[in-house]
Amino acid sequence: MTLNILAVDDSRTMRDMISLSLRQAGFEPTLAEDGQHGLEVLQDFMPDAIITDINMPRLDGFGFIDAVRKTPEHRAIPILVLTTESAPELKARARSAGATGWIVKPFDPEKLVRALQMVTG
Amino acid sequence: MSDPNDPMAEIRVAFFQECEELLEALQDGLTSMEDGSGDSETINVVFRAVHSIKGGAGAFGLDELVQFAHRFETTMDAVRAGELTVDTEALKLFFRAADVLSDIVRASRDALETDQSAILAVCEELIALTGADAEEDEIDPAEFQATGLTLDLDLPDLDALDDIAVDLPPLTSADSLFGEDTIAREPSKYTIRFKPTSELYATGNEPLYLFRTLREIGVVKIDINTQCLPELSKLEPENSYLEWQLKIETEENENQIREVFDFVSDICDLEIKSNGMDAEVSCLPDILPNEAATDQVVSSSEVSNAIATPAQTENLAPSADQTVENASDNAAEIPLEVSPKPAQTPPATKPRATVRVDLERVDRLVNLVGELVINQAMLSQSVAQIGLPSNTPVFTGLDELQQLTRDIQDSVMMIRAQPVKSLFQRMARIVREASADVGKTVRLKTDGDATEVDKTVIERLADPLTHMIRNAVDHGLEDSKTRLANGKPETGEITLSARHRSGRVLIEISDDGAGIDRKKVLKKAQEKELVTKDGQLTDSEIDNLLFLPGFSTADKISNLSGRGVGMDVVRSSIQALGGRVSINSTPGKGTTFSISLPLTLAVLDGMVTQVAGQTLVVPLNTIEETLTIGKSDLNTLGPQTSVLKVRNGFVPLLDLGTELGYRKPKPDYVDSIVLLIAHEDGSRAALVVDEINDQRQVVIKGLQESYGRVPGIAAATILGDGQIALILDPVDIVAGASGRTKLSTETALAG
Amino acid sequence: MSNQLSNSKTSEIELLSFRVGEQEFALDIMSVREIRGWTRATPLPHSPPFVRGVINLRGTVLPIIDLAARLGQHSTDPSERNVFIVVQSGEETVGLLVDAVSDILSIKTEELQSPPEMAADTNNIFVESLTIVEDRMLRVLDLRAALLSSSSEAA
Repeated sequence: MTLNILAVDDSRTMRDMISLSLRQAGFEPTLAEDGQHGLEVLQDFMPDAIITDINMPRLDGFGFIDAVRKTPEHRAIPILVLTTESAPELKARARSAGATGWIVKPFDPEKLVRALQMVTG
Repeated sequence: MSDPNDPMAEIRVAFFQECEELLEALQDGLTSMEDGSGDSETINVVFRAVHSIKGGAGAFGLDELVQFAHRFETTMDAVRAGELTVDTEALKLFFRAADVLSDIVRASRDALETDQSAILAVCEELIALTGADAEEDEIDPAEFQATGLTLDLDLPDLDALDDIAVDLPPLTSADSLFGEDTIAREPSKYTIRFKPTSELYATGNEPLYLFRTLREIGVVKIDINTQCLPELSKLEPENSYLEWQLKIETEENENQIREVFDFVSDICDLEIKSNGMDAEVSCLPDILPNEAATDQVVSSSEVSNAIATPAQTENLAPSADQTVENASDNAAEIPLEVSPKPAQTPPATKPRATVRVDLERVDRLVNLVGELVINQAMLSQSVAQIGLPSNTPVFTGLDELQQLTRDIQDSVMMIRAQPVKSLFQRMARIVREASADVGKTVRLKTDGDATEVDKTVIERLADPLTHMIRNAVDHGLEDSKTRLANGKPETGEITLSARHRSGRVLIEISDDGAGIDRKKVLKKAQEKELVTKDGQLTDSEIDNLLFLPGFSTADKISNLSGRGVGMDVVRSSIQALGGRVSINSTPGKGTTFSISLPLTLAVLDGMVTQVAGQTLVVPLNTIEETLTIGKSDLNTLGPQTSVLKVRNGFVPLLDLGTELGYRKPKPDYVDSIVLLIAHEDGSRAALVVDEINDQRQVVIKGLQESYGRVPGIAAATILGDGQIALILDPVDIVAGASGRTKLSTETALAG
Repeated sequence: MSNQLSNSKTSEIELLSFRVGEQEFALDIMSVREIRGWTRATPLPHSPPFVRGVINLRGTVLPIIDLAARLGQHSTDPSERNVFIVVQSGEETVGLLVDAVSDILSIKTEELQSPPEMAADTNNIFVESLTIVEDRMLRVLDLRAALLSSSSEAA
């Protein structure tokens, strides 16, 4: 079964790479350029999981997760945070914003896919 | 450049394109910080630009780029956090860091060497600014390990490899494949107690999925403990009441198990105990015997939806059901099937869609449109030859076709157009470097950054513009002392502007310096015998002497401008782009160089002429006027040469037919048509043609690629009749001709 | 293209034979793109005499080489009967002006022999090998040599 994944990252390169990794794993990626754009996409889209960057213009990853968790129909969607930092504070902040898990950039495509498989069952 | 079949190579190319945009945003951000127009978001933009470059660089294993970007990012992070106040010196350093960053980006892209000393110097200053921070100084190698560029997902379990790497030297992926098989462990048993907090559910985690993942590393038995489950009436749907005991028999070690719980380690109670090989039962003190658990679950099965925990919505309810049912089966293995979720379709429209296209494809389109234009012209010509009455529908149709063709052509040309911003930003760097070299303080103001010009024009403008900017810093602006003495602000100002003007692009480089010292220029030109001693030159003619080959006003050649490139080279590179350059200078106030350029290089406004039975197209931007030779205007100079009197000056007369080797000189040139070719240096030449047909836009076809360079010819084009016509390069013609006749430009002091 | 000829593993090659003045020449058919009737070429200033100029080949600029002039014979005085053989050698595409195209022949590679070295002639430097077809001598053109030197002279 094809998983629909929303990937939110302001870097085109990252979006390309995530998209490529997901497609090669048989997932169907939908891309957004920042948190705000991500929320817009979510208005008529129900992904199986979300991957999001933290540092983004307009609406950053924390704000984005927070907003998603506040929407009744989206609050249970697993959200993985993509971050270059592996610092515990950052994880803690992502966690308190409501992130399901995290992937450290540069990501290993295999790990990304496994993590997605895990959080989506 | 890249293998079209390798998506990673493609992404790599795209990454470097994105880097250019990020570097541009970085420059912009720093510039707004410099002139105080930035707000709190500006520093975020700057930070993100550096951050994104680092992120992408990490993915491609560009270590040097990662290291430097990390250093820079750390400093920017400190600024963002308000730990560091940005003064002028700090900003200067940031600009330099941005320059170094862009150097490393380009070096990484083109596999070039980088200037280590420059990188190190900036790094040290950045460290000095932020204060040494032991934690930040070294990048955790694990964090930035290149992940390898293969995206093949059929590799063996990489998580397993991580463990192996602990006791083995670093492995290549090929070794790893081998290594995994050889290091098989004896299966061992673990008992796991797992009690989620309500936050685990709130963050979109799901115990069932964790158990499934566990199943991938071993055989799992699951018991559920519902002891804490309150009566239905007291049940808070957002709270977590369940607890599990899992027994796993696996060849993996405890870390491997912990890794499964990595995302939830902080939002659950987790105990993992090794049971040893023969551990039959493990009674954790705080859980009920299995029987009790089963009973309770069964008895409360009707509320399974309700206890399905906080974050569950209808969407996820079935899986929660399953958990409970399985648990009631006491030691059931978790089924792999998941009830299908409703099909979801991504939204059809996405905002701000852009497409990246290979430039080659665009060029092919440009070429095809060129063909279309030619074909349309040919068709019109053939129809005209039939001699139909002009009010027939055919002509109306043809007119519409012509309009459409023009529109398509314009639209296609727009695809190649780019804002001049990137070019201007490069100039900002030149100003910084040049002013530092000569010890002047200079500010660059830019205007019209968004003006769009053909990509190739932008690329080929970089060199001449660089030279002009250097000149402005070096010669145009006075040193601080002189400026202050003359009542000017100490900081010199250079303005770089771009705007569209009547189908062309006008780029101006102005300085607020001393203006051209005409006496000095004239004296120099006379010393170098570029002009005659007694010639009366207008101010503008003197200014234009700067463009004469071999002219240099600096008494001593400075580090900057004395690189063997003169303004004559600047002028010819601009002319090669179909442009022209002019000077305007006011003593004490400054100098402005104006460059006028075509919007695209693919078409050219030309004058179609006949010379010795051949059709020749002369670029319109080089023609000052067309004249018919009157008897009294023609004067013999030498045995084979003539000059033409144009108003009060003399201009060398060149027969294009002869210069191109089509024919011998005509016996008489009276009544001949000449094109007066103007050089930006004020010198001129008169080119004899036999006939002028019309003025039109022609599509430029390169001759160089298919044949080679032809002296005096710039390119070719295809005319409406399908014949090839050559496009003249008047500068080259005049340069080639001047050696043969004794006429040279210095005698031409026309007014 | 000439490599293909000499290194060819197959024992037969196909040649396009054509006439230049009174002589018969041939080209490996693999290097021939098309054959076109005569159209007026736009002369290029300051070009060597064997460069007739350029023509419009479906929107690209195609240089035309007068093979007779190139081989040291008198320049062709082109008429409607003349044809261009459009050939490709490496990246280079060029039209060869010849008098007429004759035939397509299959020749066994062992029937091709290297031309004897004749110092006095300049034209045989463009002849790669010789063969005999129906008692007539056929000169197989060394296309690369003919084109390479033409473009370097032109440049």
